[in-house]
Amino acid sequence: MRYTPVIGLEVHIELSTKSKMFCGCLADHFAKKPNTQTCPICLGLPGALPFPNKLAIEDTIKLGLAFNCNINRFSKFDRKHYFYPDLPKGYQISQYDLPLCVNGQYVLSSGKKVGISRIHLEEDTGKLIHQIVNGKRVSLIDFNRSGVALVEMVTAPDFHDVSDAVEFLKETQTIVRYLGVSGADMEKGSMRLEANLSLADESIDLSKGELPNYKVELKNINSFRFLEKAVKAEIERQSTLLEAGEAVLQETRGYDETKNTTFSQRSKEDAKDYRYFPEPDIPPLRFTDEEIEKIKSSLPEMPSDKRKRYVEVFGLPMNYATILASDITRAEYFERAVFIGSKHNVGPKTVADLMVNKYLDSEYDDPESLVKKIVELTKKEYASAKEVQEAIEEVIREQEKAVNDYRNGKGAVVGFLIGMTQKKLKGRGDPKMVMNRLISYLNSVVK
Amino acid sequence: MTMDIPSTINETRYGLLSKKYKVVDLINAYLAKIARYDGEINSFITVCEENAYKGAKKADALISELGEKAFQDYPLLGCVVAHKDVFITEGIRTTAASKVLDSYVPCYSATAVKRLDDAGAICIGKLNCDAWAHGSSGENSQFGATKNPWNLEYVPGGSSSGSGAALAADFCLLSTGTDTCGSVRLPSNYCGVVGLKPTYGAISRYGVIAMASSLDTVGPMAKTVEDVEMMFKVLSGPDAKDATIASVKYQSKSSSFKIGIPKEFFGEGLDDEVRNNLDSVIQIYKKLGVDFVDVSLPSTKYAISVYYVIQPAEVSSNLARYDGIRYGNSRDAFGDEAKRRIMLGTYVLSSGYYDAYYLKAMKVRTLIRKEVSVVFEKVDAVIAPVAPTPPFKIGAKANDPLQMYLTDIYAATANLSGIPSIAIPSGFTKNGLPLGFQLMGPRFSESLLFDLGKKYHKEISYKPSVAKL
Repeated sequence: MRYTPVIGLEVHIELSTKSKMFCGCLADHFAKKPNTQTCPICLGLPGALPFPNKLAIEDTIKLGLAFNCNINRFSKFDRKHYFYPDLPKGYQISQYDLPLCVNGQYVLSSGKKVGISRIHLEEDTGKLIHQIVNGKRVSLIDFNRSGVALVEMVTAPDFHDVSDAVEFLKETQTIVRYLGVSGADMEKGSMRLEANLSLADESIDLSKGELPNYKVELKNINSFRFLEKAVKAEIERQSTLLEAGEAVLQETRGYDETKNTTFSQRSKEDAKDYRYFPEPDIPPLRFTDEEIEKIKSSLPEMPSDKRKRYVEVFGLPMNYATILASDITRAEYFERAVFIGSKHNVGPKTVADLMVNKYLDSEYDDPESLVKKIVELTKKEYASAKEVQEAIEEVIREQEKAVNDYRNGKGAVVGFLIGMTQKKLKGRGDPKMVMNRLISYLNSVVK
Repeated sequence: MTMDIPSTINETRYGLLSKKYKVVDLINAYLAKIARYDGEINSFITVCEENAYKGAKKADALISELGEKAFQDYPLLGCVVAHKDVFITEGIRTTAASKVLDSYVPCYSATAVKRLDDAGAICIGKLNCDAWAHGSSGENSQFGATKNPWNLEYVPGGSSSGSGAALAADFCLLSTGTDTCGSVRLPSNYCGVVGLKPTYGAISRYGVIAMASSLDTVGPMAKTVEDVEMMFKVLSGPDAKDATIASVKYQSKSSSFKIGIPKEFFGEGLDDEVRNNLDSVIQIYKKLGVDFVDVSLPSTKYAISVYYVIQPAEVSSNLARYDGIRYGNSRDAFGDEAKRRIMLGTYVLSSGYYDAYYLKAMKVRTLIRKEVSVVFEKVDAVIAPVAPTPPFKIGAKANDPLQMYLTDIYAATANLSGIPSIAIPSGFTKNGLPLGFQLMGPRFSESLLFDLGKKYHKEISYKPSVAKL
């Protein structure tokens, strides 16, 4: 039987705000000495209260606008309860039924549309470090990450092909970096991926919004490549089960990179009841249209718009546009170089070519010096009129056959003769001059 | 050394300026009284002599150097304060009267503690209360019940039991409490002192161990309305650590006061002595030209039910952080009442029950809030009893949690609607136990409530009295 994969994605992005979500501690926790960036608030000490970070809220709204979400004019934080040693309050401050952003949409390069169900803001947890200390296996807690602003984006289960999912995730990373709200660096854990997956057989009409009656969540995936492999492995596992007439259990599975298989982590029976309720320590958030408009007008051009413009206005091939637009700093460099180049007779294609194929931008810090270099490279020391004339005359003497053909009306040989002339000039002939002089000399010879 | 312990901020200041005594003498006197009588009353969990003497030394130096000017910079200079043991105090053990935190020494101080310190007040210790502020009598403390200084067989009211008892026994001049459903007003009422439950959002809760966060308020307690007002001035105002605090200009009015009498607060179950005392208070206000009108708050009959859904829900959440990993004690160190509230709260927030309990309670809460604001379109304040009865005997309700919960029946409205309410002493029962009443006003009407309270006390030439020990 043919099965259609039904894939939804969950992306966590740690915001790069200077301070944490609810306190003044520094948020950049990567490779810092454990528990050096903590305070009563992010340690969840008795009596401490959260004070929300306004910039983090704005960053989340920016992300929502970039994915064409509706921004809830009335939003709030909620408490999500569970016990885990890295969660010092016994609850995580998150958003439940009124997230900042809802109902967004993203259009894939194929034109297929993907729904964004929600984007909400929450706080990150601490980190458990399992170590052997004095010969004993112990679990240590580092709270440096505790309380760092974390955004969660959830897509609709609109992906039916894992390559679409990967395209979307890569684009999400690019957009996040465009907005400057996070490094979205998977090695540092500032971007984390989860996928949920089920298979639909022919009896399920996906076009009518029907979905399989189960889904499997895939967690602990730390690269695009592993996501692709994990989803593929899981599709295979599920289709084998379904082929054999067995049901697929609703559960959470991890991915084993070495075995390239998924493994069960938690079944539906262990599903948690988070006992959400509105966070009483933080008043609800209200936004006016003007405030949202102001944030919207601060957004940079999105990568998809840039690529389109590079193709349509600059005449670049799509693969060049994609490479240049994948990094906003490089894209801005390119655009500046194109602008400067336009004053020096250097076209966008030349700039793009030298950046994509020769990485010249990595050698020149600023676009001005890049363009200067391009002008140098392309500027020709033309041969003098005397040299040109001598070369032409030489060619005409040597190429008797061609001259005869010309005499007999074969005008096409002119191109050949120009080529031969340029060869003698080692390409230094001014094309216009070579052509004009060649034709007039040729005509004088054949007369 | 024996000396008359001053009963107001002004008396304290006068004594210090006129060199009747030094701050260190005051500390000696308070500590001596605590040492002699608190063994029985049990109002303190921790007495911090060292801290008190350190503060006294600093205060005496300031007074001798700056004289009267010192009191301009430090309005509470030399005033001895004790904090309910849910206020986080840097370097001073803070237990919430629970064994869970019996050895917890915090690394920071609550905003309220800091503001009082910065105003020159001197902290002499941490006061007993119902564990985690869960209770109405003080009997839920895991450090033993506090007794009422006016009669040691009676409860001092809770949950800020030590805060009321310590004032009545002259163990300190000022105290702090928290009021989530009457926990400042009830002990003030039962111990014959003045206590304010401020508007939700008037005084920072940062560093106060949370009970039910949407209802918790930090309340100043003292022997006179003037002193509570002075404490309120020091404590109120925006704090960059509590997102719920509003920036407000507090205003009163000068004449033509109108007070509402909500019929729901004067119905069945109200003790005769309490009722008669309230009538006499109303007569005095009438004599002063204050108008009284009948008003109605029909939904307040649901207040206790609503409160006992919302409060345990938030309690179960707020106590989750004591997970046994930190603070040295596991969750079985919680007492019965905390366990009861954790279970109730976990239940009402569970999926499938949330709508029927928590959500419904929140809707009724909104209804109560609306009714309250309609009433305040017609009147400046509302008068009510603080509790249905005068102080009851220790043990009388301890085994019947539901009966205990009903002690707070007149308190819940102010907390659920976020309005301020001040508890004011107004006499004694024939058995010599304190009586009082509460005045509630619209949000941020504290100045008006202070004015009304002062008017009444001025008319009856009120002198704070201290329990004979």
